[in-house]
Amino acid sequence: MAQFTEERLAKVKEIIARYPDGKQKSALLPVLHLAQEQFGWLSSETMDYVAGLLQIEPIEVYEVATFYSMYNLKPVGKYMFEVCQTGPCMVRGSEDIIEYIKQKLGIKVGETTADGLFTLKTVECLGACGYAPMMQLGKHYREHLTKEKVDAIIEECRRNAAANN
Amino acid sequence: MGVKLLLDKAHVEGIRYYDVYRREGGYRSVEKALKMSPADIVEEVKKSGLRGRGGAGFPAGMKWSFIAKPEGVPRHLVCNADESEPGTFKDRYLMEFLPHLLIEGLIVASFALGSNATYIYIRGEYAWIPDILEQAINEAKANGWLGKNIQGSGFDCEIYVQRGAGAYICGEETALIESLEGKRGNPRIKPPFPAVKGVWDRPTVVNNVETLAAVVPVINMGGEAYSKIGVGKSTGTKLISACGNINKPGVYEIDMTISVEEFVYSDEYCGGIPNGKRLKACIPGGSSVPILPANLLFKTAKGEQRMMNYESLSDGGFATGSMMGSGGFIVLDEDQCVVKHTLTLARFYRHESCGQCSPCREGTGWMEKILKNIETGKGKMTDIDLLWDIQRKIEGNTICPLGDAAAWPVAAAIRHFRDEFEWHVNNPELCLTQNFGLAHYADAREVVA
Ligand SMILES: Cc1cc2nc3c(=O)[nH]c(=O)nc-3n(C[C@H](O)[C@H](O)[C@H](O)COP(=O)(O)O)c2cc1C
Ligand code: SF4
Ligand code: FES
Repeated sequence: MAQFTEERLAKVKEIIARYPDGKQKSALLPVLHLAQEQFGWLSSETMDYVAGLLQIEPIEVYEVATFYSMYNLKPVGKYMFEVCQTGPCMVRGSEDIIEYIKQKLGIKVGETTADGLFTLKTVECLGACGYAPMMQLGKHYREHLTKEKVDAIIEECRRNAAANN
Repeated sequence: MGVKLLLDKAHVEGIRYYDVYRREGGYRSVEKALKMSPADIVEEVKKSGLRGRGGAGFPAGMKWSFIAKPEGVPRHLVCNADESEPGTFKDRYLMEFLPHLLIEGLIVASFALGSNATYIYIRGEYAWIPDILEQAINEAKANGWLGKNIQGSGFDCEIYVQRGAGAYICGEETALIESLEGKRGNPRIKPPFPAVKGVWDRPTVVNNVETLAAVVPVINMGGEAYSKIGVGKSTGTKLISACGNINKPGVYEIDMTISVEEFVYSDEYCGGIPNGKRLKACIPGGSSVPILPANLLFKTAKGEQRMMNYESLSDGGFATGSMMGSGGFIVLDEDQCVVKHTLTLARFYRHESCGQCSPCREGTGWMEKILKNIETGKGKMTDIDLLWDIQRKIEGNTICPLGDAAAWPVAAAIRHFRDEFEWHVNNPELCLTQNFGLAHYADAREVVA
């Protein structure tokens, strides 16, 4: 059963209070972010749970979850490398970085490593064009990427994963 | 050094925090504004000539004066921090390094518009910035600049940060409103305009981050004085985010009297092209605006020096000019392929089309496919005309301007770089390993010399 932690439930209440009475549907995007933080991805069970919390129809949640690119509708690796491939990043070498990550992790774009640690995704401009090439990793951006930096990031993730196990 | 009104304090240690920001003169504009009437504030903003910094350049004061005021219906200010136009990263800089400047501008604007609940809609990928903004909001609140009865004025205001979830279209103001209501980001048909029926059907003003930050100097110095900075209808200062093949990518504040050439080559700004390469082309205002070859970038078709302002950048119309747009300045050196670069933009717009209108939904997909064929040596000569035809059929035939935004880059690339497209068709093998190069789009600097 999908169920938010107490802390997240309190957060949901706080978010709903930002909107006029009866407009709690406005909380949908933020609440889906909270759900993804807790569960890693949005299963239909999770989406139904969110619909219940906000007293809206499940279909209203599915419609939104499928529209926005940041919501994962299937499980993803613990660490998702989202590398920008739009023009300004491309002219600063994003293609080489994507190739390098593919080789290094032995996966194609859109795939997850067998150990479930890494997913590689290409994304469109993330507003870091001046600091290219770049990728999003969790909440933060990793910018001015080089092959050495990619190596270091992969190591860092492996270390963190080992420490959390 | 040009005038700086927004970033003048950006490098002060600790300016992100309230105490330092206040010590440096922060929140003076709120003190001043609360002693004025809302109508007088709108008047000052009108006098300043401040134009919207989100891309369209619509006069901010005029927009504010349009907001409907039906009895008993709350009004809202919404700050557009969706910043997703490729090449654009200036709002991010403001929010990360000068959060209080934005909050200060939001309080003044909220007071002028009568918004007791103001929302900052920020793109979801800027996931660490809401924490910075919320910290600034909490500090402002703790010091009596937000909340109930601000500084004893009787005005109440709260500011909330709402994260999007990855959709460029949510930067379009009516899509943003839909998204804020918890829906898909499908743009609305206008009219009604947001000023009459916006979020939750209430009168709403949507303004860009930079526009709202610029309200602070407008109020501090007065609209009249602000309007004297810059030239003609390009008043005040503009943030430019510069990227691509330049030595110093980053965010720069310019007063709009410098030339494009100075902006590209001066060490104060882009610092020239790396590795001694020559300039090939530039998209001066974010991915939607027309690309210009080097020879038209520095000089207009009339042979005048092109300046970094709204009028000069668009001089010549789409035939020989471009636009200021969002201020996303993308520079391409002689090694870059215009076809390939345009393909990445076409892919972007196909990915970001909301799918409501068939010319946009289908057209963006076709354009990407045809460009991909040309880029990979599988194109035919007739494909170039077909591309031209498709972009023309999208432009002006859609609910929102994303259709135009998708059409313009393709149109401009063909208009100015047709021989490069033809070269791809004629050299299907060679184009896989080599680029067309500079050809006749000479670096204007060499022509000058
Ligand atoms: C497809 C599309 C994307 C847009 N993205 C943004 C954006 O990210 N940020 C922004 O401020 N304005 C964006 N706009 C412009 C907004 O619709 C609106 O005009 C702007 O927020 C108004 O603010 P301003 O008058 O202060 O510039 C976009 C428009 C379109 C058509
Ligand atoms: S022009 Fe494109 S993005 Fe805009 S409403 Fe139509 S389909 Fe959606
Ligand atoms: S193009 Fe990659 S961040 Fe903008």
